[in-house]
Amino acid sequence: MSEIIPIGPYHPLQEEPEFFRLHVEGEIVKKLEIEIGYNHRGIEKLAESKSWDQVVFLVERICGICSTSHPAASICAMEDLGGIEAPERAQYIRTVICELERVHSHMLWLGLAGHFIGYNTVWMWVWKYREIVCDLLDKITGNRQSYAMFKCGGVRRDILDEDMLWIRQSLNKLKPALDLFKGAVMDDPVIHARTKGVGVLTRQQAIDYCVVGPTARPSGVAIDVRKDNPYFAYDWIDWDIVVLEEGDVFSKTAVRILEMYESIKIIEQCLDKMKPGVIDLHVKELPAGEGVGRAEAPRGEVFHYCMSDGSNFPMRYKVRAPSYTNIFSNEAACVGQTVADAALVLAAVDPCYCCTERSITVRNDRGEENILTGGDLIRLSHERTKQIRKELGV
Amino acid sequence: MNAYLAYLVFPGFLFTAAAGMLASWIDRKLTARVQWRVGPPLLQPLYDFVKLLGKETIVPKGSSKITFLLAPVLGLVGVTFVSTMVWSAMLWPEGGFTGDLIVVLYFLMVPSLAVILGAFASKNRLASLGASREMKLMLADELPFLLAVLVVIIQSGGSLKLGQLMTYQQSYGMILGSVSGVLAVVVAVLTMQAKLTLVPFDIPEAETEIMGGVFVEYSGPPLAVFKLTRMMMLITMPAVLTLLFLGGVKFEGWHILWSLLKFFVLLLLITLIRNTSPRVRIDQAVRFFWGPVTVIGIVAVVLALLGF
Repeated sequence: MSEIIPIGPYHPLQEEPEFFRLHVEGEIVKKLEIEIGYNHRGIEKLAESKSWDQVVFLVERICGICSTSHPAASICAMEDLGGIEAPERAQYIRTVICELERVHSHMLWLGLAGHFIGYNTVWMWVWKYREIVCDLLDKITGNRQSYAMFKCGGVRRDILDEDMLWIRQSLNKLKPALDLFKGAVMDDPVIHARTKGVGVLTRQQAIDYCVVGPTARPSGVAIDVRKDNPYFAYDWIDWDIVVLEEGDVFSKTAVRILEMYESIKIIEQCLDKMKPGVIDLHVKELPAGEGVGRAEAPRGEVFHYCMSDGSNFPMRYKVRAPSYTNIFSNEAACVGQTVADAALVLAAVDPCYCCTERSITVRNDRGEENILTGGDLIRLSHERTKQIRKELGV
Repeated sequence: MNAYLAYLVFPGFLFTAAAGMLASWIDRKLTARVQWRVGPPLLQPLYDFVKLLGKETIVPKGSSKITFLLAPVLGLVGVTFVSTMVWSAMLWPEGGFTGDLIVVLYFLMVPSLAVILGAFASKNRLASLGASREMKLMLADELPFLLAVLVVIIQSGGSLKLGQLMTYQQSYGMILGSVSGVLAVVVAVLTMQAKLTLVPFDIPEAETEIMGGVFVEYSGPPLAVFKLTRMMMLITMPAVLTLLFLGGVKFEGWHILWSLLKFFVLLLLITLIRNTSPRVRIDQAVRFFWGPVTVIGIVAVVLALLGF
């Protein structure tokens, strides 16, 4: 006899709308059902009514945490469409922003992971040091979040020479903090006990579920858009993909911590190699055609597709966010775990639900599409209100 | 009349509640400072309590109403009894009766039992899960705790009276001073953390796993009473440990400071443990208490029997 333990539709911790049904026997999870799609915002449709410049701002709003990866993929798609090569300095600046964002996102997740296993001190400490990264982004772009930095053919703001020293100092301050967390998280025996061997996603499962980014790399799948299909300045820089073999929650944590070191390495190289030059090509028009952009978000591969008929607006815009594939890998990783571990495993993919919302078309038994229009919803609501009134006798 | 006053005002309910709120504030403030936060003002625990009293009480449909509402009161009564007896024994060691130690040990379990009762009565799956975890945790920590208490009884020559245990320590030095005593205190501090259900043993509540578990259906005054019970336990458990292992308190001259220091050190220990470790799983907790902790307890008892 299995019972259902609901997590959601509003997740009490991650504070985003999604619904996990844990079918449990005692404390052991036998099956997991995942429901998303509670907060569809129609971004793709909305993009078709925006000009190319506005689209970049729009997709920045898809996700609040990885708010630069969507614009990154978006401008990659547009530059692919227009055959544009952004200036070298702009590419370096873009890379710096992307990597800073990766550090901040991984730190945010690390803090939350600490909170999830009841280790609130790690949470608060990590978020304290995350402020350094936010300050850096604030200094460079003018915003702590949603940087509005990228545009087709360049970037909006330059990294000033007088800021360079301060940026390097801040990065140096970040390194001991990372060492601290590496020690606190990767050498703690209780954390080992809680996370090692928990929620294992095997290499084959990772491939079957098409997971990406730091959910795939701990399972021994070496995929990273930055290496596989280098964009921006990643090709001109010396860095390594972090790949581990175990696929459990511990290695997912370890991958993220080690990636932060790589990110800092990349940022420092970018700062070293950057030469003075133009940062923007002032692109005015995009030709008709199709463009595809891929970028490595902190959670994995972001894919953007755009289609143009040569006008000021995209004809079709398509987004695929990494969490969309990653979340469903939990179906495999959660089975056989206890409820206590399942909560941890669900969080370990660093899910970002707002990125993943999709509209769903429901087909009935006869294969007809069953779409409710606004009028239908109002009618249903009226009927229901009447029924409740009757029941209550008012 | 005096007995009623003792249970209701000093050293019973009112005193323990006030002391518990103070302890809760110290715990929260220390936690905040450890985590680079500012922390709440002194009266915050009181504000929390009063605010909850003014909220609506919601009794879930299909729950066992009387059990659901009486469980918090039961817990409160339990902790009040323990506190009154322990403080009376510390203040007036001649009072009390033979065997009051056993009564205290029984009543110490009542708050946990009340939580289990209330959680099962609330007809919620998460609460039931929390209750079953609380039950396992209780089974796990009770055995080593009794072993630690046994060390005290053996060392003080088989006395079962709280007052005598304290006067023994005040004339022959505290239990902590011996090898077996040190081991017993280690065991007792660990089990104290479990009895207070604080991290790493806050498994029954585990807000990030089962959303507050046992308390998930509670709201308003019943929740306030549960929270108050928690706060009172936060000062009562250190009181029990102070009496049993650290030679109790003495209200003379610099002894007052020394006595307060004992409480503060225990509270500090609780707070530090809870801020430097993640939550363990229930099976790990049970294995921990029945494995290494029980072994330490048995070693302590054997050493105590041998006179160390």
